[in-house]
Amino acid sequence: MSKKLLLEIVTPDRKVLSQDVDYVGAPGALGEFGVLPNHIPFLSALGIGNLYYKDAGKTHYVFVSGGFAEVSPDKVTILAEAAEMATDIDLERARKAQERAQQRLARAQDKIDHARAQAALRRSLARLTCRNSGDKAGTC
Amino acid sequence: MASLRDVKTKIGAIKKTKQITKAMNMVASAKLRNAQSRIERFKPYAQKFFEMLGDLAAGADESVHPLLAKREEKKTVGIVLVTSDRGLCGSFNVNLIKAALKLAAEKKAQGLTVKFYCVGKKGRDAVRKAEYEILVQYRDVMNSFDFTLASKLGQELINSFLDNTLDEVVLVYGEFISLGRQVPVAQNILPISGDQAGIPEVQSSGKEYIYEPSVEGLLAELLPRFIKVQVYRGMLDTSASEHAARMSAMNNATRACDDMTNALTLLYNKTRQAAITRDLMDIVGATEALK
Repeated sequence: MSKKLLLEIVTPDRKVLSQDVDYVGAPGALGEFGVLPNHIPFLSALGIGNLYYKDAGKTHYVFVSGGFAEVSPDKVTILAEAAEMATDIDLERARKAQERAQQRLARAQDKIDHARAQAALRRSLARLTCRNSGDKAGTC
Repeated sequence: MASLRDVKTKIGAIKKTKQITKAMNMVASAKLRNAQSRIERFKPYAQKFFEMLGDLAAGADESVHPLLAKREEKKTVGIVLVTSDRGLCGSFNVNLIKAALKLAAEKKAQGLTVKFYCVGKKGRDAVRKAEYEILVQYRDVMNSFDFTLASKLGQELINSFLDNTLDEVVLVYGEFISLGRQVPVAQNILPISGDQAGIPEVQSSGKEYIYEPSVEGLLAELLPRFIKVQVYRGMLDTSASEHAARMSAMNNATRACDDMTNALTLLYNKTRQAAITRDLMDIVGATEALK
């Protein structure tokens, strides 16, 4: 595969990644989608989950939450509120966040609290799976 | 005339003050560099965001989202005032507060109720003194805020707007133009209007996109975030402006200390000379008398 895609991931705080890759898989709001070079222009909201990209035969994982993906034939831009490379994920912190979210979920009375705790739980779980996938793929 | 000892203590005190102002100047310049680099890091995100919104708005029908709807009848206006938590930065906070209160007075003259959202302690204090209602306040945050805070405040604003507590929202912040220039800016952020001031870079790249879920669905996700992005930018700018203002204020103070030390040293030497002359006169007078 000679042609490559430029993958850019930016958050309000920093540019997380800017790299040429072979393939990008992203957690779209309506389900996962994959992008190869020469994809048709495409704009999608992203859910909370794991994005992965393949480069030189290796799969790398990135956690994203609250973002958008803009796909053009030679470029994928991800705008996310939070994004972390699998290598940068703090497992301990994610586990603690998971416990906290579960406790809050059990206690939450009204709808808003419940929804918030659920979102927090999903984020922490996604972080954990992201790290685990990264470990399995040997890119952490 | 002041006594020698008095002058000496005064010189000592001023020298100490100078050390403090000099240290504060250096701290402020370090923090300013930090704040500027945060603005730099935020730029790619903002740029991309506006591009995306521009593309979307070009292909979308307006009035598809409640955040875009202008209200015919306005009753309340929310003013978000972003200031610093600490003083000692010249007229920076004063200018911001003046701009916000002037705006509030104008709105009040139009028969609107004004409610404040305050970020930063200085603004909160002034608004409270002026006896406007403060709905939400964040104190001691300007040192260590991130997007989460802007997101929280933005959500708060959106909720109030949607449940009709507010009909209009204006953001007042200190725009960072250069080291020597920071200007208070008032920007209407809600309802979102197509030709919003402050986002001149909105332009469509002219590409035809496939949208997922749908244009309306994406706008519903993007527009609330747009508010948060603007609030965040306001906070970043204010933070950089604050440090720049403090830097120049402290620079001036250090220079004033130098001037004062010079003047006082001169006074000290004059006083000392006068004392010596007086003593000599005494001695000469005494020896004359003994003859």
